[in-house]
Amino acid sequence: MGEKLLMKGNEALAEGAVRAGCRFFSGYPITPQNEVPEYLSWRLPEVGGTFIQAESEVAAINMLYGASACGARVMTSSSGPGISLKQEGISYISGANLPIFYANVMRGGPGLGNIAPAQGDYYQSTRGGGHGDYRVIVLAPNSVSEMGNFPKRCYDLAEKYRMASMVLADGLLGQMMEPIEFDFEPVDPAKLPPKEWALGNAEGRERRIIRSYDLKPGYLEKMTLKLLEKYNKIEEQEVKYEAVQTEDAEILLVAYGTSSRISKEALMLGRKEGIKVGLLRPITLWPFPTKILGELSGRIKKILTVEMSLGQLIDDVKLAVEGKSRVYLHGRPSGGIPTGEEVLEIIKNICSE
Amino acid sequence: MEKKVFSRTKGLTEVFMRYCPGCGHGVIHRLVAEAIEELGVRKRTIGIAPVGCSVFADEYFNCDMIQPAHGRGPAVATGMKRVKPDCIVFSYQGDGDLASIGMAETVHAAARGERITIIFVNNAIYGMTGGQMAPTTLVGMKSTTSPFGRDPRVAGYPIKVCELLSTLEAPSYLARVSVHKPANVIKAKKAIKKAFQVQIDDLGFSLVEILSQCPTDWFVTPLQAVEYVEKAMVPFYPLGEFKTPEGKKEPAKAETKMAVEKG
Ligand SMILES: Cc1ncc(C[n+]2csc(CCOP(=O)(O)OP(=O)(O)O)c2C)c(N)n1
Ligand code: SF4
Repeated sequence: MGEKLLMKGNEALAEGAVRAGCRFFSGYPITPQNEVPEYLSWRLPEVGGTFIQAESEVAAINMLYGASACGARVMTSSSGPGISLKQEGISYISGANLPIFYANVMRGGPGLGNIAPAQGDYYQSTRGGGHGDYRVIVLAPNSVSEMGNFPKRCYDLAEKYRMASMVLADGLLGQMMEPIEFDFEPVDPAKLPPKEWALGNAEGRERRIIRSYDLKPGYLEKMTLKLLEKYNKIEEQEVKYEAVQTEDAEILLVAYGTSSRISKEALMLGRKEGIKVGLLRPITLWPFPTKILGELSGRIKKILTVEMSLGQLIDDVKLAVEGKSRVYLHGRPSGGIPTGEEVLEIIKNICSE
Repeated sequence: MEKKVFSRTKGLTEVFMRYCPGCGHGVIHRLVAEAIEELGVRKRTIGIAPVGCSVFADEYFNCDMIQPAHGRGPAVATGMKRVKPDCIVFSYQGDGDLASIGMAETVHAAARGERITIIFVNNAIYGMTGGQMAPTTLVGMKSTTSPFGRDPRVAGYPIKVCELLSTLEAPSYLARVSVHKPANVIKAKKAIKKAFQVQIDDLGFSLVEILSQCPTDWFVTPLQAVEYVEKAMVPFYPLGEFKTPEGKKEPAKAETKMAVEKG
């Protein structure tokens, strides 16, 4: 804490995870997140942790399944194509109630796509992504500082609720350098409370089983309804967002990650010209800040979502406003990055309607 | 006076096993459970159940258990063993699980020399899903997806896992056994115990392949199944040890080198 460092987003993410107590990482190389495994390949051994370059993302996520089941703070990271492969494991991890932390540093898709920054994995992140009824807690940083500080939040949430928690970033946040100050004391994982469900060393206790299946009739429904209980609690208690000049706003921008920085620039340009622009930046994409958006939409009748995708976030915005405001989209997919001026033009068009 | 000559090992729970009559899984479970109990490591053992007929292994083995996705056992075992090096970690897998969908995880865990034990049950068929062709199904053998017998022109040839893995540097113990006759069961027990001993002695990766019967999905009687193992499987899948830990040295830390040294 205290000291100011200059770091690349991906390295801040990796260092933040180690400081938050991560002692196990496995992953498979993919641009634009390679600095994460590269950094951890020397940093984790330094603190007595384990780094494994796995043979695939499928293997990597399953190594996490095992390591987390044994009680370690674990991490993996990737970009869209790799996260697609990890969805199988994430579904099992969710069914088995295991805490893990992972990051997606998004690139352009679909398919192999390109390595430019993009936000096309919003659905993949917030809608579960894999099979079955489950949720993942999704945090969306918009600075290197948040890249470094969010892993700690993710671990705290993942362990509190025994589930997967992720950072959804993009290639720009991963690659850029900015000053960062860690806002928490380094965590010593050996001093964390023991996990009463973890496997290994069964001396003096009953054996434990970790699994995501149950074939007894009606039983799995009960297990999945238990998941819902915790998801409801999270939606009530864990929503985080940033509201900028929403008090007097006549048009509201909604954007996360890199798009939220661009939107902030558009907001400032607009305000200079006397246009009352506000911004709502969801920090948790799930749980989504539905309530505040619902409240704002009672008053602000025009909402513009700014996304580096064909329009995915906009679905959650529309669900939140329930038709009370008109919702517009400015979406640039597959590596297209909007500029502040571009967004301002659109704001003006909407306002003159 | 009555004398007790046999009792259920503590390595197994009291849960009633749901395997078919004549199935090899039950016998193999007992051997693994006995080995763990006799070696005195049960309390620090973590087992991994596969996806397959033995998915219920997490109810049968009397130790900490986990049940992951189809074929991913060796990756899960890797994560566990690295975090809990003092625990004994074993992954119990069928041939579809290990040699088809999980082949990459198997080969790479072996290549890394993970200090885990794999119990590989080769019954030449997909048992749980109703008898489809496995990567180990013999040429000419009928299954529900090779109704005229496995045709090598369409489906290629069965995979010999022990032979394949023995081309790797890292594995310490690789053996193939069977459980179709009492004498073979005794040999199988020995191999399984040795594989666990390799892990206890921290000597590296061990795997025992066990040829097994699946009368139900071979559509034969239990006795015919035993005969099939003897007459068809053993000739194609030779029994024996393929790699042993004797004389194996701990790899030294490699010197740091550039890809191409400057001359
Ligand atoms: C990803 C995935 N694909 C397919 C299945 C369906 N499935 C369940 S068990 C199995 C094959 C099991 O065969 P094997 O590993 O040989 O074990 P056995 O049942 O013969 O003991 C398959 C294909 C699954 N559960 N998950
Ligand atoms: S289907 Fe085959 S492998 Fe499965 S329990 Fe029955 S005999 Fe055993």
